[in-house]
Amino acid sequence: MQIDIKTQAVTQLRQTFSHVARYLGNDKPASRYQEATYGLQAETNFHYRPLWQPELELYDKRRTQLVMKDWYVLRDPRQFYYGTYTITRARQQESMEKNIDFVERRGLLRNLAPAAVEALVLALVPLRHLEWGANTHNCHVTAYGWGTALTQATMFHTMDRLGLAQHLSRLGLLLDGNTGESLAQAKALWLNHPAWQGLRRVTEKMLVTQDCMEVFFAQNLVLDGLLYPLLQNHIEPHCAAEHGPAISLLMDFLPQWFDETSRWVDAVTKACVAESAANHDLVAGWLAQWGALVNDALEPYAGMVLGEKGPQAVKAVEAILEARVGKLGITLDRAVA
Amino acid sequence: MNMPAAPNGPKKLSLKENYALLTRGLGWDTSYEDMDKAFPLDKFEGIRIHDWEKWEDPFRLTMDAYWKYQGEKERKLYAIVDAFQQNNGQFNVVDARYINTLKLFLTGVSPLEYAAHRGFAMAGRNFRGTSARIACQMQAIDELRHAQTQAHTISQYNKFFNGLHDPGHMHDRVWYLSVPKSYFEDAMTAGPFEFVTAISFSFEYVLTNLLFMPFMSGAAYNGDMATVTFGFSAQSDESRHMTLGLEVVKFILEQDPANIPIVQRWLDKWFWRGYRLLGLVSMMMDYMLPRRVMSWAEAWEMYFEQNGGALFNDLARYGIRMPKYHDVASMEKHRLSHEVWGIFYNYTHAAAFHTWVPEQAEMEWLASKYPETFDRLYRPRLEYWRAQQEQGKRFYNPTLPMLCQTCQIPMGFTEPDDPTKICYRESDYRDNKFHFCSDGCKDIFDNEPEKYVQSWLPVHQIYQGNCFRPGVDPTAPGFDPLAEVLLYYGYHVGEDGGEYLDSPDRRNWEQWTGKPAVAT
Ligand SMILES: [Fe+2]
Ligand SMILES: [Fe+2]
Repeated sequence: MQIDIKTQAVTQLRQTFSHVARYLGNDKPASRYQEATYGLQAETNFHYRPLWQPELELYDKRRTQLVMKDWYVLRDPRQFYYGTYTITRARQQESMEKNIDFVERRGLLRNLAPAAVEALVLALVPLRHLEWGANTHNCHVTAYGWGTALTQATMFHTMDRLGLAQHLSRLGLLLDGNTGESLAQAKALWLNHPAWQGLRRVTEKMLVTQDCMEVFFAQNLVLDGLLYPLLQNHIEPHCAAEHGPAISLLMDFLPQWFDETSRWVDAVTKACVAESAANHDLVAGWLAQWGALVNDALEPYAGMVLGEKGPQAVKAVEAILEARVGKLGITLDRAVA
Repeated sequence: MNMPAAPNGPKKLSLKENYALLTRGLGWDTSYEDMDKAFPLDKFEGIRIHDWEKWEDPFRLTMDAYWKYQGEKERKLYAIVDAFQQNNGQFNVVDARYINTLKLFLTGVSPLEYAAHRGFAMAGRNFRGTSARIACQMQAIDELRHAQTQAHTISQYNKFFNGLHDPGHMHDRVWYLSVPKSYFEDAMTAGPFEFVTAISFSFEYVLTNLLFMPFMSGAAYNGDMATVTFGFSAQSDESRHMTLGLEVVKFILEQDPANIPIVQRWLDKWFWRGYRLLGLVSMMMDYMLPRRVMSWAEAWEMYFEQNGGALFNDLARYGIRMPKYHDVASMEKHRLSHEVWGIFYNYTHAAAFHTWVPEQAEMEWLASKYPETFDRLYRPRLEYWRAQQEQGKRFYNPTLPMLCQTCQIPMGFTEPDDPTKICYRESDYRDNKFHFCSDGCKDIFDNEPEKYVQSWLPVHQIYQGNCFRPGVDPTAPGFDPLAEVLLYYGYHVGEDGGEYLDSPDRRNWEQWTGKPAVAT
């Protein structure tokens, strides 16, 4: 719609919101990411102490031992706000959908031999519970973290993990012809099978971990940083070699998602440890502590799927994580010392 | 390569079955750690849940469908916002008085969207039932959407009008914004069951039409297509949230009869909290919209007395009755907006939006909507103010008002049975006297005094010297505490508040659009 104004006479009063201008240093045009991020969370003059934690404020930086002068340096390199996040995921889902349709129409998974179906259920479907745990851990960070830069990204990550849990459930349904049997089996495996107990134990330990940044690193850097390369480099190729490539069409989404979200996890990690030696040592300590737990958890799992190649595969992914955190400025020795 | 179709097709799943399979069994009872340590917050309120499996998923939306629907909505919304900006749509509104409703919305409501996002993230972490967690998480991310799309839409108005430039900073500090801020923080600092009862049910289900309908229809009537767009786009999320509200309350009530009195107390409390908050909306409807949609009294009758009445009839079979003091709210409906506008007319120099005396034709409209009260009680005051203004003596109240300890609104409301007498209530607690605007607010305090003695009351805080910028010296000669408070609030003094007719917004409007300051 065109309106009749003397445009030459209009002087725009300001380029962006004052709180964004303060953050950027002066009043200049701001991106949608910036206007959707800075200054959203309340910071002061809270009215009531939480009934559930009266020693702290409603939002409180002391819900982690990590100390940041400015929590808004923990920005997301993907610059996701709600709009860009959902539009991106919708697009990715469309191509994923094509793979699923193809596998479904051709019955590529449900017509596998029963032994193959069983092996794939055992190796992959219980991961849906692990993803559900990851959902809850990221929701914990969203609830109790400080600053929208971090907590909006963990909100998206929370929903991503629910999406992954549901994706893995669909994988189960493709295997069992929509009866849901594979899901019941997978739950029993998750609850009782020795090879899965380490991962369940780690997940449950995170559920009782209060420090929100410890939870962030334990799940998103350590557990994912070991598990996803294991899935991508070892488990999935093994499954494809043993039971045919259809499974790869379904698993394809996971490494893509992991690569994309790792850029964000890396940016957060780097900014946290660059802040101070104390932060560095804290994160390195969490890395060592959770790394050991996850290692113990992965060995039986990798052993079950990969047989004697299991230990080697776990060593290989540990090397990957070590190299990755090294690039982010973490020296593991210093923390142990 | 042409592969044969599978001989035995898969079982066909309904949406409901598909959702149940993909979602319901995800959770498990922990055994390496104590379940009560993994979910430590869903018992302390005294709500008894025996079977989380009885939770009916109010919206069976898997993430793939969610991304698809929401992504599509965002694509459309941002296309319209882009076009709005390119076409300088901000100048299409009826007159610049209308922008003041956006100021109230962006500083008073949008921060609540964000608070809802975080509050639902807390609930989405804390319920041990899988489906309840998912429902709360979905609302958590939706509410983030609302906060962000509102910032992006109103961003364009901020570039051309005052009072919109620092919403978060103001929300944390400004006297009347402590009303919505304390409302939401009250809910978030409670336990997860009270939070969802307060926000999902009492607010989203019972009262939301009284907030969104006035703002969105008001935008449509007044030429604000940007707000109409995000409003309608948010509407489809809203209907999911309302369903969640009803489900939550029914689920809690059905689980154990011991839950009923707890829920009833929450419904009483959150009805009154929400109603007091909506006082701001009432003045928006009756005074701030240049083109009016309906009166506050009409909206109250339609959305609360009729719809709400039917809802509570429905809940009677659970042993739930109408919220306490609903009758007082109905008695007040012919005066609420006039009393609130009166307060803001007094203190508009300390607000981030403008006030004014309605035009003659607008007073006729008010008289027709409020035949029992307007001409008798409120028109004479407005005409007096108008006369003062014409003599160059626009009235501003230089003192600070006494605030209600619970709702934090200045004590300007009147006795339920006498609209000419200010209503004062008080309670003694730990050798202090606390003041309330109403029996509703006093009851809320008396039920939880330990909570409400903590209220960050803006006027008390000013008197205690807590509302000055860091580094300011209150002992310096010529120090003007009230002027300093406005700087602490982040105001651009002389631009953001005061009389509309004297404002830069009005001058810019006339100069830029050639349209009259007050549409006729
Ligand atoms: Fe909302
Ligand atoms: Fe009150």
